[in-house]
Amino acid sequence: MDRRFRLAYAGAVISTAALAAAATGALVLGAIGASPWATYAVILTGPLKDLFGATEVLVRAVPLILVALGIAISFRSGILNIGAEGQIQIGILASSAVALALPRLPGAVLLPLCLMAGAAGGALWAGIAGVLRARLDVNEILSTVMLNYIAAQLYTFLLRGPMIDPDELMTGSGTPQSMRLPKAAWLSRLVPGTRLHTGLLLALVLAVLVWLLLWRTTLGYRMRAAGAGRKAARYAGIDVKRSVLVAMLFAGAFAGLAGAVEVSGVHHRAIEAISSGYGFSGIVVALFGGLHPAGIVPAAVFFGLLLVGADMTQRSAGVPANMILVLQGVIILAIVSARMYVANPYARERAARALRRLGLLAAPASPGEVSEG
Amino acid sequence: MTAGQMIFDTLSLGVPFSVALLLAALGENFNQRAGVFNLGCDGIMSMGAFLGFLPAYALRTGALAPWSTAAGFALAAVAGAALGLLFALVTVTFRAPQGIAGIGLQMLGWGTAGTLFRHFIGGVTGVEGVAPWPIPGLSRIPYLGGILFDHNPVVYLALLAVPASWLLLYHTPWGLRVRAVGTHPRAADTMGIAVTRVRYQALVLGGAMAGLGGAYLSLCQAKMFADDLVAGRGFIAVALVYFGRWSPWGIFAGALLFSLAQALQLSIQVGGIKFPYEFAVMLPYVLVIVVLALARRSRQLGPTALGKPYDREMRI
Amino acid sequence: MRSLALEDVTKRFPGVLACDRVSLTVRRGEALALVGENGAGKSTLMNILAGLYQPDEGRILVDGEPVHFRTPADAYARGVGMVHQNFMLVPTMTVAENVALGLRSLHRGFKLDLREARRRVKEVSEHHELPVNPDAFVWQLSVGEQQRVEIVKTLCLGARLLILDEPTSALTPQETDDLLSRLKRMASELSIIFISHKLAEVKALSDRVTILRHGAVVFNGATTHHSTGELAALMTGREVVLPRNESSGTQGKPVLEVRALRVRGERGHRALDGLDLTVRAGEIVGLAGVSGNGQRELADALAGLRHVESGSILLDGEEIAGRSPRAIIERGMGYVPEDRHDEGIVPGLSVVENLVLKDFASPRFSRAGLLDLQAMARNAAALRERFDIRCSSTAVAAGTLSGGNIQKVILARELARAPKALVAVYPTRGVDMGAAEFIHEQLLALRAQSAGVLLVSEELEEIMNLSDRIAVIYRGRIVAVVPARDATREQLGLLMAGVAHG
Repeated sequence: MDRRFRLAYAGAVISTAALAAAATGALVLGAIGASPWATYAVILTGPLKDLFGATEVLVRAVPLILVALGIAISFRSGILNIGAEGQIQIGILASSAVALALPRLPGAVLLPLCLMAGAAGGALWAGIAGVLRARLDVNEILSTVMLNYIAAQLYTFLLRGPMIDPDELMTGSGTPQSMRLPKAAWLSRLVPGTRLHTGLLLALVLAVLVWLLLWRTTLGYRMRAAGAGRKAARYAGIDVKRSVLVAMLFAGAFAGLAGAVEVSGVHHRAIEAISSGYGFSGIVVALFGGLHPAGIVPAAVFFGLLLVGADMTQRSAGVPANMILVLQGVIILAIVSARMYVANPYARERAARALRRLGLLAAPASPGEVSEG
Repeated sequence: MTAGQMIFDTLSLGVPFSVALLLAALGENFNQRAGVFNLGCDGIMSMGAFLGFLPAYALRTGALAPWSTAAGFALAAVAGAALGLLFALVTVTFRAPQGIAGIGLQMLGWGTAGTLFRHFIGGVTGVEGVAPWPIPGLSRIPYLGGILFDHNPVVYLALLAVPASWLLLYHTPWGLRVRAVGTHPRAADTMGIAVTRVRYQALVLGGAMAGLGGAYLSLCQAKMFADDLVAGRGFIAVALVYFGRWSPWGIFAGALLFSLAQALQLSIQVGGIKFPYEFAVMLPYVLVIVVLALARRSRQLGPTALGKPYDREMRI
Repeated sequence: MRSLALEDVTKRFPGVLACDRVSLTVRRGEALALVGENGAGKSTLMNILAGLYQPDEGRILVDGEPVHFRTPADAYARGVGMVHQNFMLVPTMTVAENVALGLRSLHRGFKLDLREARRRVKEVSEHHELPVNPDAFVWQLSVGEQQRVEIVKTLCLGARLLILDEPTSALTPQETDDLLSRLKRMASELSIIFISHKLAEVKALSDRVTILRHGAVVFNGATTHHSTGELAALMTGREVVLPRNESSGTQGKPVLEVRALRVRGERGHRALDGLDLTVRAGEIVGLAGVSGNGQRELADALAGLRHVESGSILLDGEEIAGRSPRAIIERGMGYVPEDRHDEGIVPGLSVVENLVLKDFASPRFSRAGLLDLQAMARNAAALRERFDIRCSSTAVAAGTLSGGNIQKVILARELARAPKALVAVYPTRGVDMGAAEFIHEQLLALRAQSAGVLLVSEELEEIMNLSDRIAVIYRGRIVAVVPARDATREQLGLLMAGVAHG
């Protein structure tokens, strides 16, 4: 198959998908009387108008990178982790609990401890679904989604009850949030006057480590083989169930870590609605980034831009922030459709055949080539 | 409150509570029987809930008021069918992986419903709902009457949908085609059955039913709309189909089981038993996991081509 | 229908030209054999005729009139029906329901009425002497019975031209003779095109034969005028000489000993029922049998992929029954699985990565959990050369290679590990003659290196050519072991069908 045709075909498919996504979003925007052009313009350019906005984009990107890295590991291993939302919350609870329980520890000890607690909490929560899949073949999409709902209830319960800030009880305002974490558990700010914190560096380092893990280690090899060819991996003696479980634990750990980082870096306390959809956005970022760290980092920045932009449109144009969910959903549909079309040699062949019939494409010079779809 | 009273209350709440789940799950059953699982069911229910609520709310005063609820259900069904059509386009024509595509559809439906709600209504408002219509005679049977025969007409229609689904699947040519397409699509193809068309039909029907299920939540059960109204019922519906072994009767049993869990939650609170609210809310979700864990794996009797896209040109 | 013709039909798939300007004709009452090696394009051509694929160029003429089969329904409307190699029957439905699926007339109303379907099944079944029970569930039927159902179904749906794709591939020699005689009787009323690569059948059944090579017609003529040798030469384009196991050889100690093995199959039935088998160092044991008698379960049990209920498996004297696949691999067991694309390679990983699928964690290719990419690359280059693996680069995904090359990757990987015993399941299924020749050479070479080979194959010829001894498996047990030199096709056929000696 002609290389140029292949590239042109891929480009055409991706552009069509992007347009379809934008058009669907525009449809919803039109339904609520907002101008699609204006809204998209605000979303894409608004945040970049000043330093604070630009750093906010990166602030949002940090948890997205972390969650997406975990999702990439799990998806590539053949287990679809949709439970990042709940794992983030458990991570927040775990790391906050540790910080509040040991306020007198020095920062150099407390901070890593909190982050690890967050990762452990997330891993544990994901592990439930992982074990269910490995031992009992329970569909992980369903179990992780259920665990999300359970985690949400658990989160609210703890923040309204045992973990609530005593001040709240005293003043009677009853906002479900924990006490402020000791300064020792905070991640320091990178740019004064903004919310950008050292968690960004952590995320970037981890992106490199994940790349090494997946493509340069035996563990990563096992996970990728389990995801790309389950039967063959089994035949080759790879313990597929264990690899899948390990991948799930990684995914949960990264999500839990994202939660811990958000608390330590941005909010400094556990509050309601802190995860604000990072668990789902992370999935979109992972897919958009091709399940590869090199693609995930820029994709996360892009989605950070969308998230901040969506907030701005809510304030300025009255477009509800739920709009971002609509865009994310439509982007997912567009990406998975486009991917199948680009990867599917039969679809490509059908397109070529149609173009040939219309006379727009010459018949192949050599009728039969040594195969490589 | 006596234990007996509590049990009776739980049971009599259980049946209407199951309607939304039942409709959505029966619809999803058609999808899965045809070989496609639609995790976007939850998103379709959200859209159905909002688009069912909207006309009922908008028309509640004025000349068309008596038709407002019916209009709501109709719009919800159409919207559900449209989303089912979209999902068919993505998974059957584009052959995208069904799991992720379903999550995408769920986000789309949920987000759109929330966006439209905030814009058009934006607050906590209610509608009349549908008045109960006790079946004369039968509703007077002690205990059983109150549990089964003293509900609004939509409940009865939902209950009738169970045998109707069974008839459709097993005693019509269309049902035969659906089952063939979900078990051995290539065989169906070689006998001249348009696999794509049958799958589209199943997905549109399934979507419409999910939309109706969502509309029931906003129009009859809660009599209002909120972002978290559907609360994952769509996912539970998908699990129910598997749990019910793709049989309308099994699905009915499962739907009752889950709604009883929800009704129990309410009864506990009304009954004044000290039990943390959040843990009670968790019950149905924990139950789903338990049920999934215990369900035996035999897929032999189910649609064995479930989840696999069909491409005729694919070399065997 | 008096005649059907294909004119200059051409069909391309991604990367391969399946049919190259093929023309052929078949008349009423005629039996045409479509012959060629694996991959020659026979099935593709017939799928076009049956309305499943669309030709890129060329046309189909029925009684001289061009027709366009967009779907199988169009083909049936013109009387063309196909019995595929893999049966197109919905297992969870009854025979009547399967037939009803194809009967357009039944699809108009709301009520599903199976009476018409049942009636037609009975009628056709009686007329052509093909006994079939319309109310039986397909999954309950044996392979031979299912094939009868397929033929009856095709006839019920109105086929006057019957296309049969490798109809005897899953049958014993006796069942084959039975089918061929039935078809001969049917040929007087119908037209038949049957695909085969077994020349003996071609001679027995067909009036005329068309030979395809690399998608193009190389010969078209009357069967009686040519010998099987001539036909074989035309099929491959050269003198066919498959490697034969010539040496008598001294076989060493047993490398594989199976005793009283009991294993359950997919549906809980007893797939292996007290199986005994021995393979010695330096010998090839061929396992002959109709597929479905426990071959797959045996191979899986040997590889550690299936639970062993009772019995023992000794690999070079060490017990491996019930051990993990990893442990068995490390003790020196090699395995070339049945499904090369999904079980033999990880299609999404590169060729380099697939070549170390069993060794990536060994000190040769890794250190402290990190992969040694250079060592892996060197290994891939060497194996690619030695086994003549055709691919543009070893970095491409292994799933994109052709069937023959995938098999070479698998063989390369297994043989490079110098296994003590190798289990090869249908290793030359669906590969062209050149690749088959290469694979046979490799198996003989392995034998020369004093490994023991268990060859599971459907092709009696392959087994008889390569084996030192032939074991016949029937209903989960070995019913006989004969030296290959003394074995005859008839004798093996009887054993395969469960007819014991004397």
